[in-house]
Amino acid sequence: MNQDAFFALADRLQSGLSGAEILFCNLSGEASDFVRLNRNRIRQAGHVRSAALALNLIDGARQVEGSCDLTGDARQDLIRARHLLARLRERLVHVPDDPYLHYSTEPGESQRKVGEQIPPAEEAIAELIAAAAGLDLVGIWASGEIHEGLASSIGHRHWHQSLSFNLDWSCYLEADKAVKAGLGGFHWETATLNRKLDALREGLRIMARPARTLEPGRYRAYLAPAAVNELMGMLAWGGFDLKSHRTHQTPLLLMTRGERRFDPRVHLREEHARGLAAGFTAEGFVKPDRVTLIEGGTFGQCLVDARSGREYGETVNAASGSPESLGLDAGDLPMDEALSRLDTGLYIGNLWYCNWSDPNDCRVTGMTRFGTYWVENGEFVSPVKVMRFDDSLYHLLGDRLEALTAERELILSAQTYDGRSTDSALLPGLLVSGINLAL
Amino acid sequence: MEQLSAFADRFSSQAPACEYWTLRLVEEESDHLEVRQGVVEPSALDSSLGAMVTVVRGGGIGYGATSDLSAAGLRAAGERAADWALAHARLGLFDAGLYPRASTRADYRSTILESWKAMAVADKLALLQAANTALAIDERIVDWAAWLMRRRVSQLLVTSDGGRVSQVFESVHPGLFAVANAGSQTQRRLGGGADWAQQGGLERLAAVRLLDDAPRVAEEAIALLEAPECPEDTRDLILLPSQMVLQIHESIGHPLELDRILGDERNYAGTSFVTPGMFGRYRYGSELLDVTFDPTVPGELVSMVADDEGAPAQREYLIRRGILERPLGGPLSQARAGLPGTANTRASGWDRPPIDRMGNLNLEPGEGSLDELIARVERGVLMDTNRSWSIDDSRNKFQFGCELGRLIEDGELKGLVRNPGYRGISAEFWRRLDGVGGPETLEIRGVTNCGKGEPNQSVSVGHASPPCLFRDVAVFGGGE
Repeated sequence: MNQDAFFALADRLQSGLSGAEILFCNLSGEASDFVRLNRNRIRQAGHVRSAALALNLIDGARQVEGSCDLTGDARQDLIRARHLLARLRERLVHVPDDPYLHYSTEPGESQRKVGEQIPPAEEAIAELIAAAAGLDLVGIWASGEIHEGLASSIGHRHWHQSLSFNLDWSCYLEADKAVKAGLGGFHWETATLNRKLDALREGLRIMARPARTLEPGRYRAYLAPAAVNELMGMLAWGGFDLKSHRTHQTPLLLMTRGERRFDPRVHLREEHARGLAAGFTAEGFVKPDRVTLIEGGTFGQCLVDARSGREYGETVNAASGSPESLGLDAGDLPMDEALSRLDTGLYIGNLWYCNWSDPNDCRVTGMTRFGTYWVENGEFVSPVKVMRFDDSLYHLLGDRLEALTAERELILSAQTYDGRSTDSALLPGLLVSGINLAL
Repeated sequence: MEQLSAFADRFSSQAPACEYWTLRLVEEESDHLEVRQGVVEPSALDSSLGAMVTVVRGGGIGYGATSDLSAAGLRAAGERAADWALAHARLGLFDAGLYPRASTRADYRSTILESWKAMAVADKLALLQAANTALAIDERIVDWAAWLMRRRVSQLLVTSDGGRVSQVFESVHPGLFAVANAGSQTQRRLGGGADWAQQGGLERLAAVRLLDDAPRVAEEAIALLEAPECPEDTRDLILLPSQMVLQIHESIGHPLELDRILGDERNYAGTSFVTPGMFGRYRYGSELLDVTFDPTVPGELVSMVADDEGAPAQREYLIRRGILERPLGGPLSQARAGLPGTANTRASGWDRPPIDRMGNLNLEPGEGSLDELIARVERGVLMDTNRSWSIDDSRNKFQFGCELGRLIEDGELKGLVRNPGYRGISAEFWRRLDGVGGPETLEIRGVTNCGKGEPNQSVSVGHASPPCLFRDVAVFGGGE
């Protein structure tokens, strides 16, 4: 569904409001090609065209939410939307006033369109398969248009649209010996693809050496940006959400109590202006360009969504309590010197399946995966059999943090659970004096 | 279902020219009511309606999914599916001739004893408010909520071979939580059916004792604040069904998925330590380990008559007396691997293609009560309610955490311990199984957020299990 069709639908819905009713209409949709690859061949391929309308009906201090799928046909969609609106009206009379009802009362408009041309998915996949000949490549290609819109009876009119691709892939040698790469954005470049494939082939040459088995214990380690992204994903789980903080559920509870802190070089920010996500919230608030989450190793601000903002009297600065466009400031270690500074220890290319081991102490467990090597005298020696770590982020980002790399990598989320994600993170690598391996 | 049938007729009359096609229509409705800290959260009435067309053409296979169910919309989805079938024919991993052709004709509908509409919205909210009052027993309870969710999924699969499978799945899922805090220690307990989902109607409210369970949930959250940390050593472990669900799910279910064994999931969910040569001979666990794929259990989350590609669903043993017998794989995976399997190809909705999933994956009961299991432990820990889960990409090295633990000494339950966790390796862990509770201890549960697949999909999965005893397991508590 395009911008004009959505706004026209919203206009017609809003023209039927009665009394003091207020209506927020949010649209999320995509037209995506998904191509699943295994052994450098197409395993499963198809196209998904979706458009979901979410309505929030407000009358006085009461509100009800609902959603339905749209067809793309103006007449049918109006029928569906009006049917949903009628159901919301029926429900509204049964719910009490909501003390945390919160929406923007300032009309606003915005429009952002990113990406103009990417090759047809069939062409890109054919090029990839040819270029990766001889590799056991497995992964997912996702491409096409994503759009989000907001139209309210107050006068909000926001539109966000992007045309992009995301290739999330890995190459296997045998069993679980593999290296991983990501390639995504708004411009498809054959040279970039070939450069990534060359790097994977080089990684596989090291991966072909006999794997080393490590005993549990503490090891000096370098975590590549993709591995750091997994740790940041854990902090995103309650680390910055205002409600989690006010109910003492945040894994950064000890930090907020002043009992623990990260290294002074750790500065974490939500970088809305840099990110790929829409710049507005479902309630019509415009996100600030930047929110400082961790400043100099101590806690900065929480992410405040509309509902929590009303409950706790804070200014709205995010669509939810979880970061969408996280940035960790760079340090001073040139990335090409990371191995020599590591000297002897573990190079961790990726981490996997992290979860809280003890959230009170910000203690995380997870697995090494993809491109993890033993390093001696600054040189890759051998791949390492997968190991489980169990350690506190107060150590990994605190007293055991030796350096952050001077360069950062932009990591585009490949998640597609609720449609193609627009989340991203801009992260350096980390050199730590020790990480605890438990199994 | 009438509306879905009309869409199916519309498509059938203009189906694309191809060797084989299927149309899978899915309509979902959900209603979510929640009261948190005495405040009614925004009520959510969500619905979804769409279709996926699968086309086999020229030796390839492709899909097209759309929410536009007009004649033109369905035709466009079919054309896009055909485009991808042609690409698959040129560059595909397998010959689409292996894709199963279904002519199954069957119907299924969840058994509902008490309709969702039998209780007024005001009464539902009053019940949730009462549960909130019962949870807020102490100023150390810093967050609490009660909810009631209803979900109804109607789906119709029609195929060019005359297959027609209509299924209506309905569930009512209540739940509670309480969070307690004192200083730098926070503890949470779930209850009221939060981790006990089944198919069914409002009768589930009585089954999970939503209101009556609230005081226990709050009291245990507070008690955990003062409890000592779970000790760190090696000792016997009794897992209640509330944790067995995760143990079965992660270290039996996922490693037995045939698409993982075939390598499809290696970039995301992972591979498996299980290899094709293990079936029929590998000792997965002790003699006490019997695991079935059972879509016939009344009320279990994935009870059904057929999977999403039309394969008739029936009970199968996956592991019998500890020996691995068959994987979890639908007909396509079976054909690719040359192995037997199960009818478990499922999709999370109309916009995602079916893949190998767990259905109802159950650990069959043994003999005896929970007290009899405890009596056999000289020095151990009992763990209740999953809190944390992590396992490697081959589904071998795992670490799980629970909300609550109790020490066991000389065959008797002793005091609470907080932050209980344990680690192990799947290939060894199940051989430590030394006790399985009897039929009277069996609990039919499941998980509602199993993630897998590219593009990603989250589905519900059923698991039934009695409490189980494992010998000599590495356990630990919290702290840095």
